[in-house]
Amino acid sequence: MDVGLLSQYIMNGLMLGMMYTLVAVGFTLFFGVLDIIKFSHGDVLTVGAFTGLATYIGLRSVGVSSTPLLLLAVLVVAILAMAALGMLIARYLVLPLRSAPALNTLLITLMLGTVLREMVRLFYPQGANPKPFPALLPTDSINLGQFNLRLDNAMMLATGVAIIVGLRLLLNRTKLGLAIRAVAQDEETARTMGINFTAVVLITFAIGSALAAIGGVMNGLYYNEINFGMGLLLGVIGFSAAIIGGLGSIYGAILGGFLFAALQTLGAVALPFASAYKDVFAFTVVIALMAWRPTGLIQEKISERV
Amino acid sequence: MSGSERMPEVMQEPQAPVLPGVVAVAFSTAYLIALLAVEMQPLVIGLLAFGIVAVLAAHYMDWLDPVSRSFAEREGVLSAYAILAACVVAAFFHDNHFVLLLFVTVLLYAVATLGLNIEFGYAGVLNFAGASFFGIGAYTSAVLNTYTAVPHLLVLLIGGTLAALIGSLLLLPVLRTRGHYAALVTIAFALLLKTFLEVNDVLGGPQGMQVKGMSILGWSFNDNFEIGRIEMSFYLNYFVISMLLLCSTFVLVRRLERSWIGLNLDAIRLDETAASCFGLDIARWKITAFVLGNFVIGLAGALFGMVGGFVAPNNYTFADSLIMVSILLLGGIGNPWGVVVATFIVLVLPEKLQTIQEYRFLLYALIVIVVLLFRPEGLLPRPVRRYFPRGRA
Repeated sequence: MDVGLLSQYIMNGLMLGMMYTLVAVGFTLFFGVLDIIKFSHGDVLTVGAFTGLATYIGLRSVGVSSTPLLLLAVLVVAILAMAALGMLIARYLVLPLRSAPALNTLLITLMLGTVLREMVRLFYPQGANPKPFPALLPTDSINLGQFNLRLDNAMMLATGVAIIVGLRLLLNRTKLGLAIRAVAQDEETARTMGINFTAVVLITFAIGSALAAIGGVMNGLYYNEINFGMGLLLGVIGFSAAIIGGLGSIYGAILGGFLFAALQTLGAVALPFASAYKDVFAFTVVIALMAWRPTGLIQEKISERV
Repeated sequence: MSGSERMPEVMQEPQAPVLPGVVAVAFSTAYLIALLAVEMQPLVIGLLAFGIVAVLAAHYMDWLDPVSRSFAEREGVLSAYAILAACVVAAFFHDNHFVLLLFVTVLLYAVATLGLNIEFGYAGVLNFAGASFFGIGAYTSAVLNTYTAVPHLLVLLIGGTLAALIGSLLLLPVLRTRGHYAALVTIAFALLLKTFLEVNDVLGGPQGMQVKGMSILGWSFNDNFEIGRIEMSFYLNYFVISMLLLCSTFVLVRRLERSWIGLNLDAIRLDETAASCFGLDIARWKITAFVLGNFVIGLAGALFGMVGGFVAPNNYTFADSLIMVSILLLGGIGNPWGVVVATFIVLVLPEKLQTIQEYRFLLYALIVIVVLLFRPEGLLPRPVRRYFPRGRA
């Protein structure tokens, strides 16, 4: 295999990994503050992407044609809408079930995911069909030898890295981050220290869902197409990534996201069977990893949680 | 009313009368026949509204209490009546292919969900891949009926065994993980299996495969037959065998629950640490429940493949697994009667309400959300275990 093709695959893998990471980080954040899995996360991503698309179509129809402005509007609307949706979900579906078994939260969010998915399918105009997503980023490419670096991919990758770094800073350097980490460690102590627990939970859900919105728009820009079912697989992959990395750890989520993308790329390229089996391969490895490291690669410090 | 408060009283008082239960069964049977028979949408909606109002009214008049008591104490007799009721419904629709197919589907889904109930409800082993094991059974009957001459009853057993065996591959990760991590294992498996079926050309790919109908000792299940002069739908054959399967599974699940195995499983679900402190082998009982549950699901799937005559990956997706979990949850986890009732509700409703057919996944999901928020124990919650059944104490 020549270098150009190889770097192409690596680039694709990195792009996939970045999207998975954005989803996985959300899972890890929610698990951190509430010890729950919010399974509708992938479908929040879908709704985010569709919100972005609707914004684009709406703005185009009123005559806005400046691409940077459109991109900005798409991102801002998607992020704000999903942050609000995330807070609503936390307030009305997740927090009321705090004292119920963990299975109930898992189920209620799984079902919420179905509701979101079906609503997009049924109520978005022709939502059952795949929708073309506009190319809002420059599509020029730079030739580096045999390797063709597309500018939009590079920009998305850079954005993703910036977001992760920003999140890291937010969690480690700000008062809000301190509050989130405090709640994650011990809810009651955090409360006695004067932290508004509900507010922190809601903000965390807003942040996580905003990340999903970015992931959704990025997905649309990358594939130039979105469909109502994309969130299910992305959600499960993000969940797998968060879990094989180790829940509750941001680095685990990043590791898991890129690992899953690497597995898929490997399954498609390097293994001696049809590339259609790439997901079969990736999920087999996930199950095997779970058998080997039941609490993920970067293990949680408190083993009781498992 | 909690069972523990009632217990002493129950032990002294004479046995609860069987009549309320019989009346309830008779009413449900008549209602079901009416619901299945009407075609016009306004009538269907009217009947459904009537049903809901009737149940609510009965609830407020405290008529449901004697019913549940007679079901709790006179289960044997009432089971016989329930079987009789099912036969009456089937006899009523003896020449109606569509209704009988729906009825058989409900029965087989009830069997599969009972299998899931052993895992979920008793041992607390999460399984979000119910439809996958169902599919393994169905594909087994598709392959075996097409390429071999294995007797079809044996095919059913092989289907169950294969589901149990393939499920066993998941045992190590399922046993080592707990909670969310365990959920992931089966979810990953559900997606994996569906993708595998879709890309595998030998198994027909996305188009799926035809399945030959069942025949036992030369009696072909796919031919209409006559009793006296009355033409019978061939689905009546499948009704009989599905009913047999449901009854035996029901008895199995009920015996299992009542036995010390069920007690062990309950203990493990409620508190693993405490259970292992009392010397229970956690792994052993979890394996038992998981393998047995998958066997039952696979068995139902194998028969379902033959009934439907067709298998395709799209019928065994993660969403279908979620439907099974919804049935379980709606009925009340751990209560086999609840499973049967909930299966009827979940499967018959969208078939009759053609207008909501398109919205069925949305509707199921909403129902489950509402149930989880307002009645997390399900429609028919599992009663408190009775250690001294009448006549054996």
